[in-house]
Amino acid sequence: MELLIFYPIAFVSIVAALLVVFNKSPIGSAVSLIGMMLCLAGIFVMQKAHFIAILQVLIYAGAIMVLFMFVIMLLNLKGDDTAAWAARDKNKLLSVLTGVLVVGVLYKIVDIATRTELNSPAPLTDNFGTVAEVGKALFTDYVLPFEVASILLLVAMVGALVLAKSKVD
Amino acid sequence: MIVDLLITLVKILFILAITVGFFAPVLTWVERKQSAVMQDRIGANRADILGFTALGLFHAVADALKMFTKEDFIPQGANKVLHTLSPILALIPAIVTFSVVPFGGEYTLFGKKVNLVISDLNVGLLFVFAIASLSTYGYVIAGWSSNNNWSLLGSMRTSSQMISYEVTMGLTIIGVLMVYGTLKLTEIGAAQENFFHWGIFLQPLGFFMFLAASIAENKRIPFDNPEAESELVAGYFTEYSGLKFGMFFMAEFIEMVTIAALVTILFFGGWHFPFVSTAALLSVFEFLGATGANLVAMLFHVGVFFAKVAFFIWFQMTVRWTLPRFRYDQIMKLGWKILLPLSLANVVVTGLVLLAVS
Repeated sequence: MELLIFYPIAFVSIVAALLVVFNKSPIGSAVSLIGMMLCLAGIFVMQKAHFIAILQVLIYAGAIMVLFMFVIMLLNLKGDDTAAWAARDKNKLLSVLTGVLVVGVLYKIVDIATRTELNSPAPLTDNFGTVAEVGKALFTDYVLPFEVASILLLVAMVGALVLAKSKVD
Repeated sequence: MIVDLLITLVKILFILAITVGFFAPVLTWVERKQSAVMQDRIGANRADILGFTALGLFHAVADALKMFTKEDFIPQGANKVLHTLSPILALIPAIVTFSVVPFGGEYTLFGKKVNLVISDLNVGLLFVFAIASLSTYGYVIAGWSSNNNWSLLGSMRTSSQMISYEVTMGLTIIGVLMVYGTLKLTEIGAAQENFFHWGIFLQPLGFFMFLAASIAENKRIPFDNPEAESELVAGYFTEYSGLKFGMFFMAEFIEMVTIAALVTILFFGGWHFPFVSTAALLSVFEFLGATGANLVAMLFHVGVFFAKVAFFIWFQMTVRWTLPRFRYDQIMKLGWKILLPLSLANVVVTGLVLLAVS
């Protein structure tokens, strides 16, 4: 039953991910990316991590991608830009090398995951992945990384503002 | 298993029937009549079947026929796939939100517990919010794929407006969940059985900000800058005709129902009638037997819920025909400089009061 849901979602997410790379128009890529993120959210739901799944939709698919689209539309109103694609052809070697690198990293992750017997995890508790549980973990055991991450985001925001402002003035 | 599946199916069909089948067509008529009442006109009364007009109700049928038979036009240079996809992307989130909105409590029918909500997620409130943020795409892509500058401007305004007001909406929702201590919409509804525990009394400021933000999210007057007829022809749906235009139209009306339902469940006691508790209802109708009493209570609660929903739909219509359109900078100022600080203050004050009470 679980596989019956997992395989379609996984298939669609891989197809969407490929479409992100091979799509000619940037907006098409962005739409495919949204589709892939929704599929990922589906996979999170299957792992009983409802809260993470909702955040995936809310933050990545809902907020960040809207900004992406906004930027793409503002910069590239005429559809596909041939000059940018010519530059991409020159970088073919770099692209292939990056691809090989990513495959290598993925292979290593799978290798480690299978070696440490993660195949038989402990049974989940009933309230695993609920908002209350995640909140409790964030504000007790992981409060320092949590706050550090929020400061990091603040710094990034202020930095972006400063960079943009000096250009405007 | 099979029975549970059937019950869920019935609930889904009920929601689809009441939103797409009942509210969407009837609201076009209500909007016409309401505007007519407010402007001292008679309103739609010409569409008739054999001379029988039913107060203009047949205009909804005429609208549907017109949209089905009109040419589906795709402008030159438009992206065909995305142009077709975007009305669907606009309509689906409006309907999907209803899957977590309870329209009644929990009843025992024939020894089986029936919960009047399609899916009782423990992240229900966040789900509503996530789906609302996804609905932006339909409008943004519509404007971009039309290859028309008016449309593009409309969708730019849409995305900036929806992003701005989503922040306020999220922060007012935080106030609600602090008060009730849960994200489950069924539990929030159940917690409001006592009249004085209604959201409007516990979160008065939150109620007004939520209503304003959600009307802005739905892009209706006074927040209808994305489609401002006097500036942008028709905004993001300028290049849409036939049923695709109809889907945008329907999305707006269904979203109105969704907003009304959310306001009802979060701030106006959900399915509860003031001072009538479920236990009292069950004891009054005890002579009908357990299932009979539960059935009566269920019908009563569903009726109360949709009566409240109807009231808030009427309220949104009245607002639409009362206020003029805001200017774009006024909308941004209201969102970022007034509503956002107020909603932050609301969260802080709610937290302090909760601390003081506990």
